[in-house]
Amino acid sequence: MAAETSPARGARRAPDAPETPGAAPAGPGRGRPAPGRAGRRVRGAPYAFLLPAVTLFALFFALPIGYALFLSLRKVEVKGLGLGKGARSEVWAGFANYRDALSDSELLASAVRVLGYGAIVVPCMLGLALVLALMLDAERTRLSGFSRLAIFLPYAVPGVIAALMWGFLYLPDVSPFYYLLDKGGLPQPDLLDGGPLFVALANIALWGGTGFNMIVIYTSLRSIPAEIYEAARLDGASQLQTALRIKIPIVAPSLVLTFFFSIIATLQVFSEPTTLKPLTNSLSTTWSPLMKVYQDAFIKNDIYSAAATSVVIAVVTLALSFGFLKTVGSRSNQGETP
Amino acid sequence: MTAVTTRRTAPAAGTTPGTAQGPPRRAPRDGRRIAWVPTMALLIGAAYCLLPVAWIVVAATKSGRELFSTFTFLPGTGFTANIADLSAYRDGVYWRWMLNSLFYAGFGALLSTAVSALSGYALAVYRFRGRETIFNVLLAGVLMPPVILAVPQYLLMAKADMADSYLSVLLPLILSPYGVYLARIYAAASVPADVVEAGRMDGGGEWRIFRSVALPMMLPGLVTVFLFQFVAVWNNFLLPYIMLGDDQKFPVTLGLYTLLQQGSNTPALYTLVITGALLAVVPLIALFLVIQRFWSLDLLSGAVKS
Repeated sequence: MAAETSPARGARRAPDAPETPGAAPAGPGRGRPAPGRAGRRVRGAPYAFLLPAVTLFALFFALPIGYALFLSLRKVEVKGLGLGKGARSEVWAGFANYRDALSDSELLASAVRVLGYGAIVVPCMLGLALVLALMLDAERTRLSGFSRLAIFLPYAVPGVIAALMWGFLYLPDVSPFYYLLDKGGLPQPDLLDGGPLFVALANIALWGGTGFNMIVIYTSLRSIPAEIYEAARLDGASQLQTALRIKIPIVAPSLVLTFFFSIIATLQVFSEPTTLKPLTNSLSTTWSPLMKVYQDAFIKNDIYSAAATSVVIAVVTLALSFGFLKTVGSRSNQGETP
Repeated sequence: MTAVTTRRTAPAAGTTPGTAQGPPRRAPRDGRRIAWVPTMALLIGAAYCLLPVAWIVVAATKSGRELFSTFTFLPGTGFTANIADLSAYRDGVYWRWMLNSLFYAGFGALLSTAVSALSGYALAVYRFRGRETIFNVLLAGVLMPPVILAVPQYLLMAKADMADSYLSVLLPLILSPYGVYLARIYAAASVPADVVEAGRMDGGGEWRIFRSVALPMMLPGLVTVFLFQFVAVWNNFLLPYIMLGDDQKFPVTLGLYTLLQQGSNTPALYTLVITGALLAVVPLIALFLVIQRFWSLDLLSGAVKS
């Protein structure tokens, strides 16, 4: 954008510049000093506009992260019986908290559970979102406006309420599924225990997330220029061939983006298992890594190891998602960033 | 820059299903034949997504006894009684939760949209030192897992004596990296550089240009940022769960969660939870249905071209 640079240029030479092309029509008295003032104002303006965001970032992103890092390196030292003032003091702990976190079998178990859960959720959700987006984009589809809205609807439903609704549908006493299984004399699996529990939780995430991802993919499908389809049609490509050979490769960048965010969201799962917990005994209080952090910080009151654990989770999440981006990124250069 | 403005005036975004959704490139030749496979697949997907909502609508009409005794998709007789029970529960605390949610989501989204608009505009329209750095740093916030933020945010709030307050839930959610990202895209697409330049030549200050020239142009995009953030705050559970102890300040998600937790001991509360969940879902769904008429879902993923 060429125009953006001109105020700065004007500002630099304004004080003694005989003619400033921009301000020409204005009277000489007003016109000459104006660009100088405007220029200075323009130079400061973007920073002023960004001040609220930067301040909020410093207070609610940077500071907490720094504080978490700081806490993760601290511990409480107890003198004597730990009673009285000064008996408990905070001291540096080095990497002890990290050592404990990494060798904590409970954390490892919760990480394994969430990876298993993610292995179901992410491929199913994105596969389904892609297929549905392609169906929406297919020719001569009927009622697609209705379907699109209905599939997107769960996006507007809070995770807690989604978990709550599905939780009731999983409860044998009230669920229509169990009613039908019962009438049909079929075996009734316990959806809130063991392996099925993973599927039950994955289903909630699938239900909640497919619609949004579908819209993201569908949006980039619609930005494909018409000529490409025309060319494919002339070449005699079928709809399926067009989808496989043209559409999917073109929307690959948005698939990468949705994958990236899905991984982050999956590893952070917290509200759904927390909500389902009252309905089943098989969900421990440390089912997911985040629940473990919550448990450490607020039930055990050990904020130091909670901080170390959350740093570990953050690092693993970022490493996984960037690792994925790196392996995929080399094949598709069309990023979504502006 | 076209889509944000044309979408708004496009006559049929969402009003006439099917035909209006696709761009005009669709071949009109065989427009009458229905493609059954995609249509059915989409309808199955729609049914799957509507199923729990349909169930909760039916279940909310049942009295406590009916809930466990009658077939689940048979409507019951207790809907008004359920609502009355819910409203009476602990002096109407449920409605207080709803108002709290409305406050957190509405006010939070408004502030968030304002901050996003300012930042997005600055990042799109000006060229200045540190522009990309600031943008990237703000955007990196999206990658920060909420957990690494929420626990220290609580501890810092507690130090500032602000934990368990309305502000403790409101403030951390104002800055939305995704909102800034969207606002930047919309500003770049909808505010032409020469319009800003023209405003300067007319002697308008930078603030006035933003407020009276750029802001109206960015409005359709900002509606999207607002909706996105409204949903994000309304759906947020982790932050209020960590920050709040006093249930008079709970948002509805947290309130229903505590109700469900007590319900595992007293199943009579289940009907309240179900009715409460239905009433909590209705406003957001209604919001989306209404807004569909003049707003396109695609904007949510940053679409500015069509």
